[in-house]
Amino acid sequence: MSAITRDEVAHLARLSRLALTDDELDHYATQLDAIIESVAKVAEVAAEDVPPSSHALPLTNVFRPDEVRQSLTPEQALSGAPAVEDDRFRVPRILGEEA
Amino acid sequence: MTVETAMPYDEALARFEPVLGLETHVELGTASKMFCGCKTTFGAPPNTQVCPTCLALPGALPVANAMAIESTIRIGLALNCSIAEWCRMARKNYFYPDMPKNYQISQYDEPLCFDGYLDVEVDGETVRIEIERVHLEEDTGKSTHVGGATGRIHGADYSIVDYNRAGIPLVEIVTKPIPGTDRLAPEVAKAYVTELREIMRSLGVSDVRMEEGSLRCDVNVSLMPRGSSEWGTRTETKNVNSLRSVERAVRGEIERQAAILADGGRIVQETRHFHEDTGTTTSGRSKEEAQDYRYFPEPDLVPIAPDPAWVAELKAGLPELPTVKRKRLQAEWGLSDLDMRAMHNADAIDLVEATVGAGAPAADARKWWMGELARRANETGVALADLPITPAQVARVTELVASGALNDKLAREVLEGVLGGEGAPDEVVEKRGLKIVNDEGELSAMIDEVLAGNADAAEKVRSGKIAAVGALVGGVMKASRGKADAARARQLILEKLGVSE
Repeated sequence: MSAITRDEVAHLARLSRLALTDDELDHYATQLDAIIESVAKVAEVAAEDVPPSSHALPLTNVFRPDEVRQSLTPEQALSGAPAVEDDRFRVPRILGEEA
Repeated sequence: MTVETAMPYDEALARFEPVLGLETHVELGTASKMFCGCKTTFGAPPNTQVCPTCLALPGALPVANAMAIESTIRIGLALNCSIAEWCRMARKNYFYPDMPKNYQISQYDEPLCFDGYLDVEVDGETVRIEIERVHLEEDTGKSTHVGGATGRIHGADYSIVDYNRAGIPLVEIVTKPIPGTDRLAPEVAKAYVTELREIMRSLGVSDVRMEEGSLRCDVNVSLMPRGSSEWGTRTETKNVNSLRSVERAVRGEIERQAAILADGGRIVQETRHFHEDTGTTTSGRSKEEAQDYRYFPEPDLVPIAPDPAWVAELKAGLPELPTVKRKRLQAEWGLSDLDMRAMHNADAIDLVEATVGAGAPAADARKWWMGELARRANETGVALADLPITPAQVARVTELVASGALNDKLAREVLEGVLGGEGAPDEVVEKRGLKIVNDEGELSAMIDEVLAGNADAAEKVRSGKIAAVGALVGGVMKASRGKADAARARQLILEKLGVSE
């Protein structure tokens, strides 16, 4: 049984706004399946007393004091934007017409 | 936009029982953002408070703001929550340009605070609201939608985004479902948000200005037929930006849902937008297609593990909470429940307390804030606290009255002058020449004039009809343009006419 179905890959692609062709879906479903299976091998060695980890560093409580630091100028902030209007980032239409 | 029908509130309540849920967002008043050092000033020119981290430029990494963590824990403690011994931030992925990262750093299944409660008073009854969780996240940027008919996101041609707000620490407080409020549901919702706002103020963690969006409320409402125990489908109303709107949104949603259900329809689980002008809601995005945020632990941040000793220290350092403080002040001021509630509703308690702190007797402080000043605030449509007068200035006015330098009528003029920007009370008294006429010679001369001009009334008094003295005192007050001490004038008039009481 595969670890991820073609339908699930299609769903993820839609959530990620990736337009994948049918061929690509087949291709990625196979590849992702192999990746998930490989990663799942970790579970075989993880004993009951090993808690799941989300971070490579054995650290907690890394904080910074609440101090203001220099921000960018609006010119700097907007310098990489494809489109700018009124010192704001201009982005394409987000949602279509109301159904 | 289709016009929806509503069932009158009383009928709706006769047939259905509401279940409430409230999600409140509080923007913390930290100096810098949650994960970077950018300022958090409200209303700054667009994109002037942004940096590589909050703009998600490649390579920039977040570091959590210690004060935001502390404030969130203090909020949790004030709401009687348990504090997690270990928890993580989580990535909430979604496709919206209001976060430049294309995800929001939030918390998912490991909130910093959980399982608390808040008691609120409605109609003299205590209602316990169970708190599900208090978690920390970052606020989003502000989008303006350009083009289209409504200025809303739907049908807009494009949008422009200001990221000043993106990354400001935001605390989300979620209640458990609140059944059993019955017809008081709108009032309970309002009382809860009011109490929450006061707690935030007393903790000093946020300026909680609903009109500026630093306190925002989403209202969940569902209905079930009377006698049923199965909760109905709920809707979530967003954009509820005043305390009054919280009440109206709950009421409006009960009336709308009741009409649909009574007509055999079904409620669609969806987000609805509240409209301040009409008090109604319109449909937003549907939640039928369940949101899939693909949460996962934030790999750019390490876990948060608050030291229990530190948490205990924060708990011990909590200020007196508003309900406790109100009970204490009510006892100190000797007020009835009704009077106290009126002051609470008028947001006058802190002002009166500060005025008393500045030396005024409680009764006088209350009289001015709940009387003349409340009236002025009402007339001009501003909050009592936003009137351009300080508690110390009000205290000074009460002092001038107590010393006999002013009477109530003159005091009102002084308050008017202060509110009009003419300066502090003493300056207004000076500039407007408002001191009571205490000069006996001047007063005596005025009385002689009035007696000469009102021979009939004077004669009546002389013959024993003491009640007629009122007209003469009135004449003196008129001649002095309100500045005479009425009691002293009366005394002198009687002396001059050779009568005693």
